[in-house]
Amino acid sequence: MAFTDSVGRSVVKFRADFAANMAFLGETVVAALGLIFRPDRFRFGDAALAFQRAAFDGLPIAVGIGFLLGVILAFQSAAALQMFGVEVYVADLLAIGLFRELGPIITAIVLAGRSGSAFAAEIGTMKVDEELDALTTMGLPPVRFLVLPRVAAAMLAMPVLTILAELAGLVGGALVLQLMRVPTVVFWNHVTDTATVFMIAFGLAKSCLFGLLVGLIGCGAGMRAPSTADGVGVAATRAVVGSLVAIAVSDGLLAVVCYVWSL
Amino acid sequence: MDAVKPSDEPVIRLEHVEAGYPGRTILRDVTFDVRRGEIFALLGGSGCGKSTILKHMIGLNPVLGGRLTLAGQEWTRKTRASLCRKIGVMYQSGALFGSMTCLENVLLPLEEFSRLGRTARRARALELLADVELADAADRMPGEISGGMKKRVAIARAMALEPEVVFLDEPSAGLDPITSAALDGLILRLRREKGMTFVVVTHELPSVFAIADRCAMFDKARGRMIALGAPAALRDGSRDDFVRKFFGRGTVNGK
Ligand SMILES: Nc1ncnc2c1ncn2[C@@H]1O[C@H](COP(=O)(O)OP(=O)(O)O)[C@@H](O)[C@H]1O
Ligand SMILES: [Mg+2]
Repeated sequence: MAFTDSVGRSVVKFRADFAANMAFLGETVVAALGLIFRPDRFRFGDAALAFQRAAFDGLPIAVGIGFLLGVILAFQSAAALQMFGVEVYVADLLAIGLFRELGPIITAIVLAGRSGSAFAAEIGTMKVDEELDALTTMGLPPVRFLVLPRVAAAMLAMPVLTILAELAGLVGGALVLQLMRVPTVVFWNHVTDTATVFMIAFGLAKSCLFGLLVGLIGCGAGMRAPSTADGVGVAATRAVVGSLVAIAVSDGLLAVVCYVWSL
Repeated sequence: MDAVKPSDEPVIRLEHVEAGYPGRTILRDVTFDVRRGEIFALLGGSGCGKSTILKHMIGLNPVLGGRLTLAGQEWTRKTRASLCRKIGVMYQSGALFGSMTCLENVLLPLEEFSRLGRTARRARALELLADVELADAADRMPGEISGGMKKRVAIARAMALEPEVVFLDEPSAGLDPITSAALDGLILRLRREKGMTFVVVTHELPSVFAIADRCAMFDKARGRMIALGAPAALRDGSRDDFVRKFFGRGTVNGK
């Protein structure tokens, strides 16, 4: 009885959550489309502030993790490639790995933990303090005021952070190879030969998509923060968990699409 | 009471309203009018549904049943924008935007909706702050000022677009008696000078007798409105046990 009861409850809750998420998404899309006709209504100042925070706060972590990832990948793969005397191919592996996959995904994870949770906490606190209600009764839709600037900021911050994390990763790899007596010039030549503009652009487009997801999920979690004492914490947790799942799922889907279309 | 004579014209009208949240009724069959120019108080113990009724009136939550009109119109998708312009709300916590100074908080509705130029808007916002005697706090952040000051800034913000009705949720809660009396004085002065209608949620009796022309009282246990009229008339004339207790001892559930 308890089991069926809890399953039933979860299903009902899932349906309610799904409906609320779709409503939020719809509202956001409508607000975004509305900006096409009234671009002056976009809160540029708020977006700039959110961008600044997302980019600067995430920068040391994204670059640091990127660098370490480059070092680790280079060491791990060099060990194997060294047996065949071709450790220089570490450069090819790093270029493909970072630009296609790892760059966008680790940056997205950093953004989710750093900014997605912050979005949820900021908006959640505003909800608890009735500031969202205040906006609504002033005739100012909270979605236009709070969500759109943050989502735009996340989408813009992602490619910037991603590129920097990728470069840091390459620097890490180059250092490791230098230890193995492969000159940096040779390393760099291999990188530029392997990495195509399309590959880099595709990775950055993907990072924009991840930024969109992290922004939407973070803000959505804040807007629906439960009005309990720990509501803001719950919202922040939901933002991070939801973002990670969304990043993984969308990346998987994209990988399948790329395979099918052999991109 | 002061000299302003409220008219008989209803600004807000509730007819058999069922108040609450989806799947949870708090109050049933609530019927009363708020007349233009009056100060109307919503009374009752904590958790009896005062804020719930208020949220219906300001269009945040749709009523569960019955009919609620503001300036003759129900809250719908179509009327929302124009009705929002007719009301100003001060929330229980003040709900100032924490990332903006007090002046910017008051400026926000002006920037979004008024046709005034930049300098005129600023002058108007400063004037509003002066109205609540906070001109010198213009450049301070909400986090740096006291609770009473926050509520006064929130009142200034609520009055910015000269609404027809101003809603105040527990203006005196959490304030000392002197600050609270000063706030009552402010409300009376603003009504006298601007002729606005006020709907005030409160459970402080001194405040009720000082400012309210009429009040509606709700009882959580019975889930309905139990009294409607001038505060003095209810105190002296009501036969309802709860109402007598409320006025007699001035306390409900120790609050
Ligand atoms: N968002 C909500 N959803 C469901 N119930 C709520 C919600 N907000 C408040 N309530 C319940 O409604 C009742 C009345 O609350 P409220 O109107 O805030 O009381 P008060 O008279 O103190 O302002 C309380 O029992 C409260 O638990
Ligand atoms: Mg309340």
